[in-house]
Amino acid sequence: MAFEIVGKRAVRKDAAAKVTGRAKYADDFFERDMLVGKVLRSPYAHAIVKSIDTGKAKALPGVEAVITHEDLPKLKYATAGHPWSLDPGHRDVADRYILTDKARYVGDGVAAVVAVDALTAEKALKLIEVEYEVLPFVLDPEKAMLPGAPVIHEERPDNILGATSEEIGNIEEDFKKADYIFEGVYETSIVQHCHLEIQSAYAYVDADGRIVIVSSTQIPHIARRIVGQALGVPWGQIRVIKPYIGGGFGNKQDVVVEPLAAAMSLAVNGRPVRFALTREECFVDTRTRHAMKLYLKTAVTKEGKLLSLHMKPICNNGAYASHGHTVALSAGGKFRLLYDFNSMKYEPKTVYTNLPSAGAMRAYGCPQIFYALESHIEDIAREMKIDPIEFRKQNLISVGKKDPHSDIVVRTFGLRECIEKGKQLIKWDEKLEKYKEQKGIKRRGLGMACFSYASGTYPHGFEIAGARVVMNQDGSVQLQVGATEIGQGSDTVLSQIAAEVLGLPYDMVHVVSQQDTDITPFDLGAYASRQTFVSGAAVKKAAEEAKRKVLEIAAWKTGLSIEEMDIKSARIVERKSGSEICTLEDIAMESYYDRLNAAPIEGNASANVRTNAMAYGVTFAEVEVDMETGRIEIIEIYNVHDSGVIINPLLAEGQVHGGVSMGLGYALSEQLLFDTNTGRPLNNNFLDYKLQTIMDTPDVGYAFVQIPDPEGSVGQKSLGENTTISTAPAVRNAVLNATGIAFNKIPMTPQTVFEKLKQNGLL
Amino acid sequence: MYDIVGIESPDTLEAAIEMLSNNPNLKIIAGGTDVLVQMRNGALEEIALLSLRNIPGMADIRIMDNGTISIGAMATFAEIFRSSIINEHLPVLSEAAVSVGGPQIRNMATIGGNICNGAVSADSATTLFAYNAELKLLSREGERTVPIEEFYAGPGKVNLQPAEILTAILIPETGYRKTSGCYIKHSTRKAMDIAMLGVSVVCKTAGGKFTDVRIALGVAAPVPIRCREAEAYAIGKETSSEIIREIGRYAVRASRARDSWRASKAYREHLIEVLVFRALKEAVIRDGGEDIG
Ligand SMILES: Cc1cc2nc3c(=O)[nH]c(=O)nc-3n(C[C@H](O)[C@H](O)[C@H](O)COP(=O)(O)OP(=O)(O)OC[C@H]3O[C@@H](n4cnc5c(N)ncnc54)[C@H](O)[C@@H]3O)c2cc1C
Repeated sequence: MAFEIVGKRAVRKDAAAKVTGRAKYADDFFERDMLVGKVLRSPYAHAIVKSIDTGKAKALPGVEAVITHEDLPKLKYATAGHPWSLDPGHRDVADRYILTDKARYVGDGVAAVVAVDALTAEKALKLIEVEYEVLPFVLDPEKAMLPGAPVIHEERPDNILGATSEEIGNIEEDFKKADYIFEGVYETSIVQHCHLEIQSAYAYVDADGRIVIVSSTQIPHIARRIVGQALGVPWGQIRVIKPYIGGGFGNKQDVVVEPLAAAMSLAVNGRPVRFALTREECFVDTRTRHAMKLYLKTAVTKEGKLLSLHMKPICNNGAYASHGHTVALSAGGKFRLLYDFNSMKYEPKTVYTNLPSAGAMRAYGCPQIFYALESHIEDIAREMKIDPIEFRKQNLISVGKKDPHSDIVVRTFGLRECIEKGKQLIKWDEKLEKYKEQKGIKRRGLGMACFSYASGTYPHGFEIAGARVVMNQDGSVQLQVGATEIGQGSDTVLSQIAAEVLGLPYDMVHVVSQQDTDITPFDLGAYASRQTFVSGAAVKKAAEEAKRKVLEIAAWKTGLSIEEMDIKSARIVERKSGSEICTLEDIAMESYYDRLNAAPIEGNASANVRTNAMAYGVTFAEVEVDMETGRIEIIEIYNVHDSGVIINPLLAEGQVHGGVSMGLGYALSEQLLFDTNTGRPLNNNFLDYKLQTIMDTPDVGYAFVQIPDPEGSVGQKSLGENTTISTAPAVRNAVLNATGIAFNKIPMTPQTVFEKLKQNGLL
Repeated sequence: MYDIVGIESPDTLEAAIEMLSNNPNLKIIAGGTDVLVQMRNGALEEIALLSLRNIPGMADIRIMDNGTISIGAMATFAEIFRSSIINEHLPVLSEAAVSVGGPQIRNMATIGGNICNGAVSADSATTLFAYNAELKLLSREGERTVPIEEFYAGPGKVNLQPAEILTAILIPETGYRKTSGCYIKHSTRKAMDIAMLGVSVVCKTAGGKFTDVRIALGVAAPVPIRCREAEAYAIGKETSSEIIREIGRYAVRASRARDSWRASKAYREHLIEVLVFRALKEAVIRDGGEDIG
């Protein structure tokens, strides 16, 4: 396929608005007499709220309302940003109230204040008197599953939120046949998204009595439904508006602040109330990435053929379900299409603990799974003295491979080329040779890791997207999408697809960036790297409809058939000769003003995408380890992706930069820590939570292997989340190469490296 | 939130002292990068501020006739690391200054605030210890000058009298003339981070031997410290790798590191040994010595 606009480095649609400060975020909107809401949080990890006395707080001048669970409907709801399921067996776990009557982690909201300003609200919080019955608590999921552990939700006396077992083939038989069996245990830590813009919403009741919520969300249509469920209000009574948002990475694929913002407004007769979290609150009261402990056992033949894999992740879910077990389940469907195991058994358990809730975060369980899998594969190759790259290559799947559980078929598979490209970029063979016998204080090493990922959630999830194209008099169009731009660049890429299909210059597509559930076509939102693949299908369909209507008018005018014409650079041309028939503007003007036939051109489409496309990639890393201080420096790092057709290389590179930086934090420095004696967070701020800065981020190299996927509307597959999956295992494997030490737990902070060096007698 | 009930901005030191003396609850604010953070954390409530920003001359950096370098308390870290006087005579302070926070912080944060805040991690403190700095303090009772070592009283505590202002930091010529040195800040991140350990060394050598060695550590005890035993050991010794390693080991003795979730005692002590070695080795190289490996 030859493209005009797809594949070009088109400048982001929102670039000017963002760099000039004209883009408005939730906090930039003001209503007259806006009030401020704040939350009183439990100081205990596990405690029953016996009574709350709000009298003194209510008496403070400037306080407009104080609410507790007693003032709110007793409705349990689920917060995950998934489409609703008509099948009750397929729904998210509804396990929370807007304000709780039992605190399940330090920071759980027990009361809220609405006041004239933030300072007054904070003073009022201190005046609320809560009587708690403090309960024993548990932070470790393995301990939470033991008999006699504190019960966090009565509905789940064993604290197990989800436990599943999926087997392909027969692992027992394959383990019997194995020449070698390898076992490994790998652990990851709790980390957070650290989007620049913290969750913020404001709510009011409009003149028609409907609740309007302006929120920094990835999922406006889903948020509307969940607020309706939490408040017990018909969904149509709620309107959610999503302005520009400053990042989400999955943390805003969850309904966190909106129900309480609405409840706050309702408590003051519908006056506008702003409810914005602080960074410290964001760390505890939004979502985190599940910490996992993964038990792996692998059967291998003496020729180095991977026979069978048994993987058992224990996922620390924290206090409330949020996305819960879906994260582990979904990741299971993604890693199975990488290596050609004869049999596999995947048995994840997701467990409640008295910690902040884990939910969706970029690549949804895969960074954990691939950290474990790619560390394990590396360890096996080393153990068997097979070159780790060759070992991987001889076990890769090939095109046509089908996952028997999901029925996903691999149609395009560019991973082999990705590996070759990565090897060349980092000068693998040459450097490996050079770094063979190192004795010094600073030692270098190389490592790599592969991954597989899906494009959207089908078939586990339901994938619907909506788009509308409205043509103006001059032939330009407004593109309305239900997909949310959250910084990933979907507005730009979807505009490119619309321009490509419609034969328009890119500048003639005006994308409406704001989503408003009253106006915007129905779409589930931004997650699962679905927008380009799934929403792209809806945009293509809507654009095709508009194009057909244009050509129908042209056909009626010229007597040519639709098939004989095309639109090129906003002109109607005859396909055969390429000669211009008229301008698009001529047609558009007729569509508006022809006295007989006027009908302005629109394309309206909903796409229910019942397919998926497996995407692949690899990270190659070179590190330098300071054998005295335990510091790990990244010398070079490359990501090579098989994501089908790259619609916008500029944005794709940006995704790689961001994803790798996030992956490096995961590998080296980030982790949310809790006091084991109290369950209190130790480092819920950016001083102590070591998010990497630009000074810590090396130059990130990239390359793309572009094989058009037949099911992508323009040959594309996923990319956004993919970029962060293989960083940590590649760095870990490079450190192993440099030092001979296998780190089976991340992050590899200088302190932990020091300890390992000591343990191994290297210090 | 920022619970500020008022702010005074006097334009002379005398007026500032007067206001402070009349209202002991006034809180001095310089760049505000510590004060505002403490306020936001709820550590300071209903605060009336006294800003020093309108007082002329308080950010001056100059060499006095007797060779003493005077750094105004209101000099920001950006001004310090760009000052030619500092870069020529106190290069280690420049190194420490540029390690602070990020560009925005360095534009606001003052050296006076860094010292008066009393944090053991203060990047300028270790180096000022190593340069034998003195602090010029002014109150209604008049002016006093105290060695910086005597100013630190405990974690977050300094010997600032009520209604007293730090006006300048003085480094006598003997503190810096013909010295070499090095500052190493060990932190997880390369910017926007607080030292897990700060090591500042200043030394003089002659004929391949140490004639003066000053080693200061941050985050190795409740306050910044000097490593006297290590310093005494070093005098007259050769600037060899073995000797410098030994000095590193001696330096650990002065420390009172403890276990915390940020870093273990064992790791901190190990870092003292390694980083004192590295800093001193680098100082010798900068002094024209060779890289002794
Ligand atoms: C994001 C960030 C990063 C940071 N990074 C670092 C870092 O890397 N290294 C580091 O050392 N620090 C760091 N800090 C801490 C802070 O910036 C420094 O301590 C800074 O030097 C404080 O100076 P200031 O002018 O802002 O002080 P202020 O906040 O204005 O004052 C600090 C204290 O000193 C008192 N005070 C100020 N001036 C005087 C005076 N002349 N006389 C008497 N009392 C006075 C004030 O009353 C207050 O108690 C960081 C802070 C932030 C917010």
